[in-house]
Amino acid sequence: MSAVWLIVMREVRSYASTWSGYLVGASLLLLSGLLYNVYGIGDVPQYSRDVLRNAFYFLSGTTLVAGILFAMRLIAEERQTGSIKLLLSAPISDSQLVLAKFLAGFVPLLAYVAASMYIPLLVFFRGEVAFGHVAAGALGLVLLGSAGVSIGLFGSCLFKSQLVAAMVSGVIAVVMILLWQTSKIVDGPLGEAISALALHDRHFFPFMEGTISTANVVYYLSVTLFFLALSRNVMEASRWRV
Amino acid sequence: MIEARALTKYYGRHCALRGVDFRIEAREIVGFLGLNGSGKSTTLHILGGLMAPSSGTVRIDGADLSGPSGPEVRRRIGFLPDRPPVYDEMSVRSYLRFAAQLRGVRPGARSLSETMAQTGLSDHAERPIEELSHGYRQRVGIAQAIVHDPDLVILDEPTSGLDPVQIGHMRQLIRSLRSRHTVLLSSHNLPEIAQTCDRLMVIRDGQLVASATESELRARMGSETQAEVETSEDATGALVSAREAGLIRGFTERRDLVYLVELSTRVEDLVARLVSDGVGVRRVQPTGSELEGLFRALTEDKAA
Repeated sequence: MSAVWLIVMREVRSYASTWSGYLVGASLLLLSGLLYNVYGIGDVPQYSRDVLRNAFYFLSGTTLVAGILFAMRLIAEERQTGSIKLLLSAPISDSQLVLAKFLAGFVPLLAYVAASMYIPLLVFFRGEVAFGHVAAGALGLVLLGSAGVSIGLFGSCLFKSQLVAAMVSGVIAVVMILLWQTSKIVDGPLGEAISALALHDRHFFPFMEGTISTANVVYYLSVTLFFLALSRNVMEASRWRV
Repeated sequence: MIEARALTKYYGRHCALRGVDFRIEAREIVGFLGLNGSGKSTTLHILGGLMAPSSGTVRIDGADLSGPSGPEVRRRIGFLPDRPPVYDEMSVRSYLRFAAQLRGVRPGARSLSETMAQTGLSDHAERPIEELSHGYRQRVGIAQAIVHDPDLVILDEPTSGLDPVQIGHMRQLIRSLRSRHTVLLSSHNLPEIAQTCDRLMVIRDGQLVASATESELRARMGSETQAEVETSEDATGALVSAREAGLIRGFTERRDLVYLVELSTRVEDLVARLVSDGVGVRRVQPTGSELEGLFRALTEDKAA
């Protein structure tokens, strides 16, 4: 087994053996359910596809938060307990370490997205929507969540405190989401460029509508890779000062 | 063979290491001494592959630790930091298996059970690490450092926080490493260093100020230990004469017939002198080890 998978398996077992992972997942699922019931279904009749779109809208928020929360401990906790020294002295590169940690956060995120699918599936079985719509939304959640995990991992690389790591990652995510609002007050190509960088709005809405476009997939993969590269650089820089 | 050449490390504008050079031969146990802030931990972190030097190289049998093959070279190093790098929720066995596989040791290899036997962990193999005492956690820390059979084992304060019985066990364990590993041992427990190591390296203000055996250092520095001497009759005259002969640097009378003397030679020479002067010696008790004297002299006053 490669060192990357060893680390992933260890982390996943660690998540599974502690309450924190379940607590985060369950709380966010509960919140998603409440939001969906209160705002998603509402008290006026809607088409199934609109209800499904609303479901994905609320799930996108909790999925992004889940990604950050699942990732906040990945490096910060290791630094806090000192176990990071086992990994830093092991014959693995910083890129492998960052990849392993990302996957370790991505696996519980996948589990979370899978568990949250009960809401879209309820709409699918009780309403009239295409399965492709559900699948597209699920893919969007996975991609958005993967960006959340990589942003959370970046924060976790920066700080020893998980709380601070989560807060900083959250701020980065919120700033990236708000770029679509910023783009409205900037004219011309710059405004267009800012809008294109926004984490949610124009990149996630098509998934909510059941549309998969290569550009949006590439965008989320790019965000994920960008923050993974930043995380690797932080880890590399930390070798200059442990 | 481990060779460090011109190791220099800056933290911002602060220079923590200034061109440190040393060589450690295979199967040597070397003690690494220095006051807090002297550059000891920085050196150990560089040797452990956790940190990169600002300049200089570390080579293990010619392979550069900071070069492109650095991660592979780290496979040949086992490192126990000041705090064992353990995962509390894991059992001893699963943790050591993880540490071994991380360094490329295949699952089920004999080294796992051998290591647990060597470190006295066989009876605790299935216990979660969080349930272990401090002493056993240290053992787990050493076990993870040797489970992949590295050439160099770096132990940073392995006896820190242990009780005397545990220190005794740890000393035996460290000595047992000699058969298969080169060991670099950092400790504030000076008797520990003296009893365990073949050679001492002393670092001060980021510079290596001594690298020799304890006896070589003693010969170079002169003995600077203190001893409490109890005699059967007044020894003032004999001690004055011993001071004039250069056997001691001074003495004070602590209480009746009990003297605290500052030795500048071996305690045996002083006893022989007192006896030849007709003074009966009832008891001689060193109050500070010779190593402590050496350590103070090297780290506080002058370079060897």
